[in-house]
Amino acid sequence: MAALIDIASWALILGGVAFSLIGAYGMIKLSDVYARMHAASLIDTLGIGLIFIGMMLQAGFTIVTVKLVLVLVFILFTSPVATHALARAAINEDVLPVVDTETERQMAASNKTKSSEFGT
Amino acid sequence: MLQAISLAAALTAFWVLLSGYWIPLILCLGAASILACVYIARRMEIIDHEGHPIHISFQGITYFPWLLKEIVLSNIAVAKAILKGGSAIRPQVLQVPASQRDALGQVIYANSITLTPGTVSIGIDEGVITVHALMDETADGLRTGDMNARVCRLEGDPDPRRIAGGGQP
Amino acid sequence: MMYAAAAAGTAVCMLLVLARSIAGPNIFNRILAVNSFGTLAVMLIAIYGFLTGRPEFLDLSLVYALINFIGTIAVTKFVTFVGMGEGVERDDMGDI
Repeated sequence: MAALIDIASWALILGGVAFSLIGAYGMIKLSDVYARMHAASLIDTLGIGLIFIGMMLQAGFTIVTVKLVLVLVFILFTSPVATHALARAAINEDVLPVVDTETERQMAASNKTKSSEFGT
Repeated sequence: MLQAISLAAALTAFWVLLSGYWIPLILCLGAASILACVYIARRMEIIDHEGHPIHISFQGITYFPWLLKEIVLSNIAVAKAILKGGSAIRPQVLQVPASQRDALGQVIYANSITLTPGTVSIGIDEGVITVHALMDETADGLRTGDMNARVCRLEGDPDPRRIAGGGQP
Repeated sequence: MMYAAAAAGTAVCMLLVLARSIAGPNIFNRILAVNSFGTLAVMLIAIYGFLTGRPEFLDLSLVYALINFIGTIAVTKFVTFVGMGEGVERDDMGDI
């Protein structure tokens, strides 16, 4: 039984590290900031998720598992908020996504906050 | 009132789990800080149905496992696309309708879109969410409107498919 | 052994992300890279706690996750509104 849990932990942790490596490689390779956000969300979801589940299996039913779940849930709740805030800030500063057609470009630009709403 | 009791219960569980001590002094300090937190939150009027949504907790039992499954599937798709590169990646912008009744449902929908790799919500306006997608596959998955209908059901909306078929408005 | 491998992999990821944060053409690439770097640091702290057999490190990683989120939001708000107090009342879509 213990050996089985060890094997499962190994698989989960290696999977998490693999997803994190692919995400970090994507951060280097992809072309613009919006595309890199997808690579970053790879790290934020399955990368950290699989590693933490693997460590939960090792910890068993203890307070350590509860803390791992807390950290994981917190990351899962906050990372989309941070990504969305970053995307809106980028649009407000006229950093638009690189897309094929002009209509799509306009679609993204239409989300810009009007300059009158900023005040002075 | 129900929300205040639920908040107090959640804070108690949080304190007990994180501290792990059962000394009377520590427990008294914990009770005092929990009462102070609930009192301040009531005075600030931030424990309403948005700040502490207990009305969606039962529907969430079916929604969140489905969301986890979607996250795993699109993670694998995006990882494949990054490794393959070239023509597999075609960044695009699309707009999808968000037919939830109130702001909380639309926030849950937009955050679910962002949490799923391959799609990032870059703006919400008047029930329309602008999405940046990394590839055709993830964009088409969003255009079917499946996630929209499921978030409507999570909120207890009786008619989730008001806008038939989803897609471009 | 398992944790050493995981820590090594995480460290390699951190190097790659750090390269992006140095090379990034504009401020948004840097914010994104630093946010990912924070997430990886949370992972590394947790793994290091298991590696040395001291799971109390998880408290540190919880605090690091909190600070990482608040820091990202604060820097984003600062870049957009050039000040921490602006934009709350005038922007009908919220702060950010």
